[in-house]
Amino acid sequence: MAEMTYRQALTQALREEMIRDQNVFCLGEEIGRFGGSYKVTEGLLDEFGPERILATPIAEGGIIGLATGAAMTGLRPVAEIMTINFIIVGMDQLVNNAAKIPYMFGGEAHTPIVVRTPSGAGHQLTAQHSQVLEVWFAYVPGMYVIAPSTPADAKGLLKASIRDENPILFVENVLLYNDKGEVPDGEYLVPLGKADIKREGEDITIISYSRMVHVALEAAEQLAESGISAEVVDLRSLRPLDAETVVESVKKTNRAMVVHEGWRKFGAGAEIAAQIQEYAFDHLDAPVERITGVEVPLPYASSLERAALPRLEDVVDGARAMVGKR
Amino acid sequence: MVKEAERTLLQPHTTENERVQLHESKEQLLDMFSTMVLIRHFEDKTYEMYTRARIGGYCHMNHGEEATIVGSIGALRPRDWIVSFYREHGHILARGSEPRRVMAELFGRQDGVSHGRGGSMHLFDAQRRFLGGYGIVAGHMPLALGVGYSTKYRKADEITLCLTGDGAMANGASHESLNMIGLYKLPVITLIVNNLYGMGTTVEESAANPNLWERGEMYGMHGVKVDGMDVMAVRRVMEDCMRRAQDGQPCLIDAITYRYRGHSVADPGRYRTPEEVQSWREQDPIERFYRQLCDAGLITETERQEIEQRVEATVEDAVGFAENSPEPDPAGLLDYLYVDPPRDV
Repeated sequence: MAEMTYRQALTQALREEMIRDQNVFCLGEEIGRFGGSYKVTEGLLDEFGPERILATPIAEGGIIGLATGAAMTGLRPVAEIMTINFIIVGMDQLVNNAAKIPYMFGGEAHTPIVVRTPSGAGHQLTAQHSQVLEVWFAYVPGMYVIAPSTPADAKGLLKASIRDENPILFVENVLLYNDKGEVPDGEYLVPLGKADIKREGEDITIISYSRMVHVALEAAEQLAESGISAEVVDLRSLRPLDAETVVESVKKTNRAMVVHEGWRKFGAGAEIAAQIQEYAFDHLDAPVERITGVEVPLPYASSLERAALPRLEDVVDGARAMVGKR
Repeated sequence: MVKEAERTLLQPHTTENERVQLHESKEQLLDMFSTMVLIRHFEDKTYEMYTRARIGGYCHMNHGEEATIVGSIGALRPRDWIVSFYREHGHILARGSEPRRVMAELFGRQDGVSHGRGGSMHLFDAQRRFLGGYGIVAGHMPLALGVGYSTKYRKADEITLCLTGDGAMANGASHESLNMIGLYKLPVITLIVNNLYGMGTTVEESAANPNLWERGEMYGMHGVKVDGMDVMAVRRVMEDCMRRAQDGQPCLIDAITYRYRGHSVADPGRYRTPEEVQSWREQDPIERFYRQLCDAGLITETERQEIEQRVEATVEDAVGFAENSPEPDPAGLLDYLYVDPPRDV
């Protein structure tokens, strides 16, 4: 075990996998000399050279397509898209190619690619650099969407993703890169599609993923002070979605709240609420609550940005109101 | 309609082609000829089966493009890769895939090359390194970039042939791919099956400079135009490009050809005059190659008839096989979606 940042955990995972398997290579904008826009690939160019740390032109479709074609012929590419906002330009390659190829060719080809990209709001990055778009990809059969919230999960899930045969969108978070945590040394794999109970509780289940897990955990801490015991489920993966862990938790607590940064309608919370009503309807003592981002392009002014993002007090107040209904 | 003066820009020049020397063995040449005949008969049968509702969905055919297809794909070695698009029945046949499994795919049957999941636009043959037909115009070009990068990464001796259409050259994905192929000097040959129309839109209506081969230079590639109705002309250009690609020079081939039929089975092609279609039919690639072979004393009328009969039997066999192949079991609806998923994904 060693304490390190989320960023360092990702770098370590990449490095270990590149040493383990010669077929693993990274590609993306500014990942070489520049070290990556968020410095996740820093130092790797010196160690592995420009063929395995391929700094590309600004061409998201080219990057994801290159990765997919290379994967079809035996390599294990890890593509970096500078932020999830730019993935839209390359979306055709991910949705129409990487996610469809195994199925539409009857299993004759596979596309084991990992596309890493940070999602979410930073500080005043505004409308075109603050979006939460991973649910678009979680909608697509054929894709996996993985989203770690802690340094340990970041390492274990990235290593597992690189070894998996399916096309994976690996969602990082702009504001988590500097978060610190204990990370197991060496070989450490976290299974894909398995949610993690980050805090156990009895009165309410708060379901979240990525950065919002930390908001949920902080809320649980505050709720504990007023005698409410909240269980926090970190999905870690939107697809495969571990509905089983969510449902088991809700059967115990009888209340469910989903917290996510993305927009409300058609967001991750809508699907999770649907799964809960489908499999735990008789166990619910209250409607499933959703705490989400406000449906607006993210504005620049700090006052407006704060108002548009899910807040700690919304989670705490919402949970109190739900439990109060008992 | 395009003015004649503009159109002549794209007319293949035939004088050079007369000089093509046939140094291949008779067996090789007749093999090329029969592959062209196979594609023609196969597509005739495809059309018939479509009208008899044995084939559904979108269906794009290769009538008229046989020289471009056989001249390029026929020059490849088994180790080389092909990435193609949705008008690819002839492409996979030229690569040597079994006609019966290709027809079974068009019929949507389990024994099809893509097990009935792909259909006309999504044919695949891993064994022959035919990496698929794709349905998004230009969307397959970045895959060819990736295959080329993989070859370079693995230090292998392989060439990737990316077949694409003239319409694709107006799309951003073509630029991203060609730029990166040129930048990394990948062993990729991009061949534009330039049949002069993207659906009903002419090259002149979609390209600021309709001399598409001229883009080669801008991408650091060898750019070349060829008469796509002359199989030997295409083959010679392809051989030259393969040598260049092996030496680290990617190539862009603009093969000027023509599709006799509409964009798809459903398109009557009213944007072209019957005279225009007829003028191209007069340059029919199969008849031209036949004359070339006759002039060289390499084929007789009897031999041609034998080839035609053999091909017809192959196509009939393909239809019979497809008819008898089972439809995919609905219980397997989710097969092939994921590799070893942890649960219902």
